[in-house]
Amino acid sequence: MSAQMSSKSNKIERRPFVADLLKRRDGSLVVCGLGSPTWDCFASGDSPDYLYSWGGMGLAVPTALGIALAQPPRRVLALTGDGEMLMGIGSLAVVGDQAPANFAVLVLDNERFAETGRQRGLTSGRTDIAAVAKAVGFRDTMLVTEQGAVPELAQFLFKAEGPVLAVAKIAITEDPWALPEKDGAVIAQRFRASIAED
Amino acid sequence: MQARKVSIVCTVPDGGLTPLLRRIEADAAMRLVTLTSEQEGMGVATGVWLGGQRAMIAMQSSGVGNCINALGLPTAYRAPCLMLVTMRGQWGEFNPWQVPMGQAVKPALEAVGVKCFSVDKAEEVGETFEAAADLAFNGWLSAAVLVSQRVIGAKGFGQK
Repeated sequence: MSAQMSSKSNKIERRPFVADLLKRRDGSLVVCGLGSPTWDCFASGDSPDYLYSWGGMGLAVPTALGIALAQPPRRVLALTGDGEMLMGIGSLAVVGDQAPANFAVLVLDNERFAETGRQRGLTSGRTDIAAVAKAVGFRDTMLVTEQGAVPELAQFLFKAEGPVLAVAKIAITEDPWALPEKDGAVIAQRFRASIAED
Repeated sequence: MQARKVSIVCTVPDGGLTPLLRRIEADAAMRLVTLTSEQEGMGVATGVWLGGQRAMIAMQSSGVGNCINALGLPTAYRAPCLMLVTMRGQWGEFNPWQVPMGQAVKPALEAVGVKCFSVDKAEEVGETFEAAADLAFNGWLSAAVLVSQRVIGAKGFGQK
């Protein structure tokens, strides 16, 4: 799919898309990959259910997996970018092996290393992250190219039996800075306390 | 492990860990998470702690090199990270490919702030593990138990 797909097909605007999706999360926990997914999530409205990150590239899915294994009653979404996902691509096989039913991944795929200067990323070529997920045992995958698919996507990410993975082809956009708390200890303690209270 | 409430063990296996990993697999109260690369363990263990439980990562010394950048994650979140490392590339090593990383394990871990506990006597493994686990989980720190080839036996591929 992505081999045929040029960046011209990437027309979803990330900020309203993420905001609309997270409105429908229904108590799900969200682990944000570093950079733009963290900014998008914070821009949509802060919550102790959001685990922001400013580093640890490649570790969004492993971190979300750990939370999902420790908290089977809670739905967990790893919300990350294409470069972050590819750096941790092996972790999809670990998720496929553990097969947590409460686990979902959304890759915001702009086919670029947007944070560092919009250099070309591998998903602009032949790499198909959803096909990888399928091959390593994810229950289902979904490709999203339209803003209007959010209700269906929310159903898929927050309700369908996991592990599931969706790829959303997003546009390169100029978004205002939205920087959350930077102190990891504060982010982690808030997140942990919120889980313990529920 | 159970005395320190560790219920999830992440691993890329090693020969010296085999009996332990078998026991974990056989124990219904424990979960074994097999990784593709050791750094994933930093993410999983951090996530497990955020979710209110305890995990650790068991690996061969060659895997430590894969973890260095990833160790920034538990450090930044001030989350505990407990590692059990079976050493290669030191006492009686047969394979030269194991030596560069094996010799660099302790300085590399210490350079990124991991507290190292070396063990070279079998009878001290248990208490050392408990001490490292207490430091990690009560101090929200990264700690590694480095088990010498002197304890686990040096591999020879029948050619020593």
